[in-house]
Amino acid sequence: MDALILTVMTLLKIVAVLVPLILCVAYLTLAERKVIGSMQVRVGPNRVGFKGLGQPFADVFKLMFKEVIIPTNSSKFLFLTAPILSLAPAVAAWAVIPFADGWAISDANAGLLYVLAMTSIGVYGVIIAGWASNSKYAFLGAMRSAAQIVAYEIAMGFALIGVLMMSGSLNLGDIVRAQSGGFFNWYLFPLFPLAIVYFISGVAETNRAPFDVAEGESEIVAGFHVDYSGMAFALFFLAEYANMIMIAALAAILFLGGWMSPIDGFGDGIHWFLIKTAAMLFIFLWLRATFPRYRYDQIMRLGWKVFIPVTIVWIAVVGFAIYFEVGPWFSSVRGAG
Amino acid sequence: MTFELFVFYLFAAIMIFAASRVISVRNPVHAAMYLVLTFFTCAGIWLLLEAEFLAMTLVLVYVGAVMVLFLFVVMMLDVNVEPMREGFVKYLPVGLLVGLIMLVEMVFLITQRYFKSEQFPIPERASAEGMSNTESLGRLLYSEYLFQFEIAAIILLVAIVAAIALTMRRRPETKYQKPSEQIAANKQDRLRVVQMPSEKRT
Repeated sequence: MDALILTVMTLLKIVAVLVPLILCVAYLTLAERKVIGSMQVRVGPNRVGFKGLGQPFADVFKLMFKEVIIPTNSSKFLFLTAPILSLAPAVAAWAVIPFADGWAISDANAGLLYVLAMTSIGVYGVIIAGWASNSKYAFLGAMRSAAQIVAYEIAMGFALIGVLMMSGSLNLGDIVRAQSGGFFNWYLFPLFPLAIVYFISGVAETNRAPFDVAEGESEIVAGFHVDYSGMAFALFFLAEYANMIMIAALAAILFLGGWMSPIDGFGDGIHWFLIKTAAMLFIFLWLRATFPRYRYDQIMRLGWKVFIPVTIVWIAVVGFAIYFEVGPWFSSVRGAG
Repeated sequence: MTFELFVFYLFAAIMIFAASRVISVRNPVHAAMYLVLTFFTCAGIWLLLEAEFLAMTLVLVYVGAVMVLFLFVVMMLDVNVEPMREGFVKYLPVGLLVGLIMLVEMVFLITQRYFKSEQFPIPERASAEGMSNTESLGRLLYSEYLFQFEIAAIILLVAIVAAIALTMRRRPETKYQKPSEQIAANKQDRLRVVQMPSEKRT
């Protein structure tokens, strides 16, 4: 009986996270078009519903009723599995995200590792999609994406090591609690280079502009999802935006103090987490509207030759600072850890 | 049967199935995908053993990085299976012999008196007094097994150096971008403004 109650409660929690997440994804697409529109002095979509608020639903229904075309010489099973492989990890990673103090589906001890593991699985969707469609363009997109994600994942992992050194824990809730006491204690300041590297690597990992060579329209049409249509394409879209929200939420948790208020004790709670995540998401959209696409070799150079050395140097700096208890940020780390 | 046991058998069955498919399936990309499935279910079994750090690392390192590179290479090479199968009959006797020896050795080990599974007590769970899996593992690695850990690290370092040394050769035909030169380019080097009087209409 207890097991049954636990199962039902967990399922309810999952629904309580997933439904708002999917709504957020839907309205993020609208926000993206509106924000980029106003940055380019256009109106953006404004026909469906009040000021275009119905647009996401119009898009979803359109995609749902379109036919899913399977190319003749494709590997059919893998072709249909690929969208699921890309969506499932993007959604599964949300299991350990703490929205407020104690508000997580699973308060896992190895939470950060779990998130890293899940985000690294997401690349399979792209690779398999590119290979299974049996098309040159899709294949090129998949290859680019694989090389890019492997490169940036290392930089991302190293950036997180700094956070682990400061907080002494892999538990996301503990990491947020270690940043309590006003905005001055957020890891954004002592780990500033790592925060920047983390966020840019996150943009690259989600294949967003200016790192979206995997689907570079001008060179390879739409990259790995050229041959996808209808709902299968929508799943890729859903995964990409869920990953974006994920990276933004993680940035808020790891470097901006999660649910903590910027002023100590001034109404901590989920609203701060949401505000911070939304601010990071805005930066995603801002980047897309501002920067031209990177050239492929420049992406590789930035990942391997700039970010990885920067993170390694800063990890060493943090190590020394913690050992010699340099104030104001590193003086209390040793005793706490 | 408890739920835990059921999950174990389920994962074990999937794992054995996937592992056998890795060597029996014809398409190398499918084989690589089955290997991914094997690693993933293996991580699931480790989670059942409450070894969450090792399970996550397995997924992160093998599924997330090693197998991606594997797939990358396998897809790029476009391996043609036919010529590989030609040597099958020729090497079959040798393969069978090696396999047989290995099988005998394994059976010998497991059924002998000293190595029966009953000879070993069921390992007791270490008391996890306020220590997470990661913490206790780190403590062990940096105290009791420090030398082994350092030796492994040095072997890895040597392997990295060797891998880079193998690919570092001069190839004069390749064109490199030199970012420092690209950034250092300025108006004076690239642009020449020519002043000339406008010509009269004839």
